[in-house]
Amino acid sequence: MSDPTSNSPSDRADAPDAVPDTVLAPPISGDQFLMPAPGGSTEGLAAETSEGPQELFRRGETDPSQLRREVGAVLRLPEGVAIDPSNIDIEQTDDETMIINMGPQHPSTHGVLRLMLELDGETVLRTKPVIGYLHTGMEKTAEELTYVQGSTNVTRMDYLAPLHNELVLSLAVEALLGIEMPPRSDWIRMLMVELNRVSSHLMWMATNGMDLGSTSMMIYGFREREMVLAFFEKTTGLRMNHNFIRPGGTAADLPDGWEDDVTVICDTVLARTAEYDELLTGQPLFRQRSEGIGTLSAEEALALSLTGPVLRSTGVPWDLRRAMPYLRYDEVDFDVIVGTYGDNFDRYSIRLNEIRESCRIIRQIVEKMPAGDYRVQDKKVTPPPRGRIDESMEALIHHFKVFTEGFKVPEGEVYVAVESPRGELGCYLVSDGSPKAYRMHIRGPSFVNLQGLPLMMRGGLLADAVAVCSTIDPVMGEVDR
Amino acid sequence: MTVGGTTGIENGDRPVSEAGGGSSRAPGRPGQEVAFTARDQYVDAVAEYRHGGFETCADLCAVDYLTHPGRTLPDGVHPERFEVVVNLLSLSQARRVRLRVQVPESDATVPSLFDLYPGTEAMEREVFDLFGIVFEGHPDMTRILLPEDWEGHPLRKDYGVGRIPVQFKGAPGPR
Repeated sequence: MSDPTSNSPSDRADAPDAVPDTVLAPPISGDQFLMPAPGGSTEGLAAETSEGPQELFRRGETDPSQLRREVGAVLRLPEGVAIDPSNIDIEQTDDETMIINMGPQHPSTHGVLRLMLELDGETVLRTKPVIGYLHTGMEKTAEELTYVQGSTNVTRMDYLAPLHNELVLSLAVEALLGIEMPPRSDWIRMLMVELNRVSSHLMWMATNGMDLGSTSMMIYGFREREMVLAFFEKTTGLRMNHNFIRPGGTAADLPDGWEDDVTVICDTVLARTAEYDELLTGQPLFRQRSEGIGTLSAEEALALSLTGPVLRSTGVPWDLRRAMPYLRYDEVDFDVIVGTYGDNFDRYSIRLNEIRESCRIIRQIVEKMPAGDYRVQDKKVTPPPRGRIDESMEALIHHFKVFTEGFKVPEGEVYVAVESPRGELGCYLVSDGSPKAYRMHIRGPSFVNLQGLPLMMRGGLLADAVAVCSTIDPVMGEVDR
Repeated sequence: MTVGGTTGIENGDRPVSEAGGGSSRAPGRPGQEVAFTARDQYVDAVAEYRHGGFETCADLCAVDYLTHPGRTLPDGVHPERFEVVVNLLSLSQARRVRLRVQVPESDATVPSLFDLYPGTEAMEREVFDLFGIVFEGHPDMTRILLPEDWEGHPLRKDYGVGRIPVQFKGAPGPR
C-alpha cells in the first residue's frame, strides 16, 4: 500500500472548472505525481480527498497480470468465469480511456456514493464504487448500547426503511431471549413495515423519475410518501427514526381510527399508481431509457449475493416473506413480483407492483388485526405501564432499571433476516449474557447490492449510469453504517 | 449434519425451545443450522456446500471474542480470538447454514471465498477493514469503509472508544 495516490489526482486535475482558488491544506512537497491544473492548484485538495488504493487505477500504471486480476475484481467476478475473455479489453491503452469521478457529491448518487468510471468516449468500461463517506461506526456504537437503546441506533442506518431495521434487531433479540410474542404485536409490526415498504418504494419512484428527467414523478412520489409519513408521525411521533418497534413489541398501540387512515392511504396510493403507469410505464421515452439497460442474469445476481428487487428482476422468485416467512406473512395473501430481463425497466415494474402488493397486504391486515397486547407481558423485558408508575414504588424502580441497566439476554448467537425494500436485511447478534450486545452485525442489502453495479454498468453509456445506479436503490446510511 | 471435516450441530449451539406457535415465528429460530470448520478445511467445506445447492453467500462477518473467551463451543473446537462467520443460503431448499471458523490472533488470515462466491468481495473487505483479518487470495484487499490511512481496526475489542479525536486529514491538532 505504498505510494497510494499515484494514479488518480491527475485525472481530476483535468477538469479546470472544478479548481478552487483556495487550497485547503499546504501541498505535499516532493509529490511527483500531482499535476498542476490550469488556473490554480489542486494538489492539496487532491491529496486530501484521495482514497489511495481503494480507488480505480489507470491501466498504464498496472501491469497486465494485475490488470486482468483487477478487471476480475472490479467486475466482481472470478477470473475466467462468466466473462467472455475477448470482452476483457486489456489491450486498451490509457490514451483511449479516461477515469472520471461521479460523486461523492453528485445528486444522482443518492447520498455520498463515489463512482470511479473508466470511460471510452461515452461508454463505461470499468466502474468501482468507493464507499465509506458516511461511515460512523454504528456497529461499534451498538456494542456500547443496551438492547433497549439498540433500536435507536439501527433505525438510523437505512433511513428510508427505518422500521425494517428496528424489526430485524428486535426479532434477533427476541430470538435470543426466546420469548413468545403476542399476535397483535406481530400484526402491528407487519402493518408498519408494509407501510414503510410503500413509502420507501414511493421515494424510489420519485428519485428514479428525477434521474430520468421526470420532475413530475419526483413531486408525485414525495406527495404520496407524505401521507404515509403523516401516519407514521401520528403513530410513532416521528416521521423517521421512529424507535417504534422495540425488543418485546412496539412502543405503543395504534392510534384510534388507524383503520380509516390506512384505508385512505391504500386507496389513494393505488389510484395514483395508475397515474404513474400513464406518466412513466407506457411512455416511449421512459421505456427507451430503461428497457435493456443495466441487464443482469440470474446466475450473476446469485453469484454476487444480490437480493431484493435486483435479484427478482432477473426472474428469481426469492422473497423472504414468502420463502422463509417471519411475523405472520404466511397468513396473508400476496404475490412475489418477478421480472424477466433483469434490466432497469424490470426493476421499475417490480417496485411499482410491490407498492400494490403491499397495499393488498395492508388491507388484509386491517381485516385480520387481532385484539390483545401490543407488547409482551414479560416483566423482564417490558417496562410497567405508565399508570402503575404513579402508584407503585416497585413499578417505578422496575421502569428505571429497564431503561438504565437494560435487560440481560442469554448467551448465544443468532442470525435473523427480513425482506427490506432493498433486499435481505440481516442481523447477526452475539450476546455474552450481559445487557449490551457483544457484537451486532447488520447485513445491509444496499452494501451488497452495490457489488452488482460494475457489471450492470459495463458497456453502457455514461448517461445511463445514473439510471442504473438509481435502480439498485442504494441508501448510503446503510451501505456505510 | 457433517460435511467434509466440519463439526455440525443442528438448531443452534444452545438449546432452543421450539414449542409455542407464536415463538417459532421469529425467523432464524427454527433450524438455525450451525457448522464449525477448521481453518485449513474452510474452503473445502464451503465448496462442498456450494456444490450441495447453496447458491449464494448471504453474509460474511467476524466476531472478536477477546473479552468473552468462555463462549459455548462444541467439543473439539478450540476457541480462538477471532471467528469468521459465513452465512450460506440455498434458495432451492429455502435453507440457511452458518459456518464458523476460528482464527487465531497471532496469524489472522483466512483464505478468501472470492472464487466460490464473488459476492463475498465487499464483505471480506469490510471484515479486513474493521477487524484486520486478511483474506488470502482476495483480489483487492484494501480498506472499504475507513480511509486508507486510518490506524487500527475499530471493531476489535481492544480498540479504544470515546476518547480518540476523530481523524481528519490535514486538520489542525489539539491546541
